[in-house]
Amino acid sequence: MKILAIDSSNLVMGVAVNDEERVLGELITNVKKNHSIRLMPAIEQLLKDVDLNPNDLDRIAVAMGPGSYTGVRIGVTIAKTLAWTLNKDLVGISSLEILAQNGRHFNGYIIPFFDARRGQVYTGIYKCEKGIVKVVEEDRLTLLDKWLEHLVQYDQPLLFLGNDLEKHRQTIKDYCGTLAVFPETTMNNPRPSELANLSIGRPAVPDVHQFVPQYLQLAEAEAKWLDKQKRSYT
Amino acid sequence: MSRFDQETTVLGIETSCDETAAAVVKDGTKILSNVVASQIKSHKRFGGVVPEVASRHHVEQFTLVCEKAMEDAKVDWKDLDAIAVTQGPGLVGALLIGVNGAKALSFAYDLPLVPVHHITGHIYANRLSGDMKFPLIALIVSGGHTELIYMKEHGSYEIIGQTRDDAAGEAFDKVARTIGLPYPGGPEIDKLANIGEPTIDFPRAWLEPDSYDFSFSGLKSAVINTVHNAEQRGEELNKADIAASFRESVVDVLVTKTIKAAKNYHVKQILVAGGVAANQGLRERMASACAKEGIPLSIPPLALCTDNAAMIAAAGTIGYLKGHRADMSLNGKPGLNIEDF
Ligand SMILES: [Zn+2]
Repeated sequence: MKILAIDSSNLVMGVAVNDEERVLGELITNVKKNHSIRLMPAIEQLLKDVDLNPNDLDRIAVAMGPGSYTGVRIGVTIAKTLAWTLNKDLVGISSLEILAQNGRHFNGYIIPFFDARRGQVYTGIYKCEKGIVKVVEEDRLTLLDKWLEHLVQYDQPLLFLGNDLEKHRQTIKDYCGTLAVFPETTMNNPRPSELANLSIGRPAVPDVHQFVPQYLQLAEAEAKWLDKQKRSYT
Repeated sequence: MSRFDQETTVLGIETSCDETAAAVVKDGTKILSNVVASQIKSHKRFGGVVPEVASRHHVEQFTLVCEKAMEDAKVDWKDLDAIAVTQGPGLVGALLIGVNGAKALSFAYDLPLVPVHHITGHIYANRLSGDMKFPLIALIVSGGHTELIYMKEHGSYEIIGQTRDDAAGEAFDKVARTIGLPYPGGPEIDKLANIGEPTIDFPRAWLEPDSYDFSFSGLKSAVINTVHNAEQRGEELNKADIAASFRESVVDVLVTKTIKAAKNYHVKQILVAGGVAANQGLRERMASACAKEGIPLSIPPLALCTDNAAMIAAAGTIGYLKGHRADMSLNGKPGLNIEDF
């Protein structure tokens, strides 16, 4: 089974092609550049390098968020369009779950996170059991302070993962003290080959047309509108 | 037979604002399918288009709309010569969905990808309902644009005049809001104007004598002031008369400048295109002015005036035949210039 994996949900852009668990090719950049310009050329180049045509693929795996709204949409649109038009399986995986794979051999809780501005983070709690990284607490958008207060209650080692670590390292230390574990910098990039791998055990999306990003947040205008509706009923 | 009359089948894709659209057009002139998923109901709640909401809807609709366009047209991917997509102008987050979806399709089938300027799409809506005779003057009027464009031949665009402030459609929407009409206001004003009389003499901005530029912000302010002053004095204003007077003022400037340009440039045809080309007041006044001057007029049928992908496929057909191509690095450009095309 040939899998094309696409992750443009955050600053890191990644494309991989796996044949089952074997990684045929993987391309990762961690620079502030436009995904809309670079993602399709990356896919085109990687497929060429591993001698595959789009139609040789069996499955498209995509990072479905959370992350940058625009970034996620670019990846999801491309993945969805390819899967629909070539009639391939589509699998969406949480962007946080992909990052959490980098903590696979950690004995404790794995905390992947992306900065979401205004003191907020996209994050969740994962734990590795018998080599499989499992969700302990669902992905969410939360205030970092509140989240850290919650995490220390586990009273277990906490592995923080992500490229936004530097920005929040001190805050995390302040709240979690010696419970906080920081990885090697090289472990902070989510890897698209892990995304491809994760997709193997997952059921394909039943209706590709209906597939949408996991924003974890309503559009601001939508939230305000809903709030107004609620208030006008009470 | 010119090179623009070749047999072609082109899929067009349009996501620049609040319509997700795909269409298949044959030979640049015949619509095989034309699918538009409008988001107007969603944005109505907010009184205008919210970019983030628009982008989300585009992701939901994109593949559905493309599938329906291909099914309705009864064509297969191997029947297509090219995929044409709106590159700009428009909302950047919205443009990105169409552009990246189009790139994925072009990649999947190794089909040429043709970037299209949205306004050239509005112009080429005219080729789907009749002939284009060159040279011509095109008046583009929509919520985002008010431009006079001179075309000496297919695929050649020279802007000879444009708005210096508000677009005509924008002025319509703002005035509509001031007199309490629902979004989108343009069609509402038009309807109301039909039952009113142009009793108020609102200003017309003619600008410099030799200028083909437009300005609608002064007019817009004059209408708003008139309404507010009347409200403060507790007077009852006849909304239909305000709508009629406002429309009269906009249409007067649009028609007069277009006719003047047509005469000075010795054109064989006047085209009107864009959302405001659906305005009944404009259609009627332009028709009678053109008849009087003996200049042939082309205005697309109402359904082709608002954003759609058939017009993008039609414009893209010309781009395709002229050899315009984009590669996989194509990006959406909110401020794309028509003269670079
Ligand atoms: Zn338009």
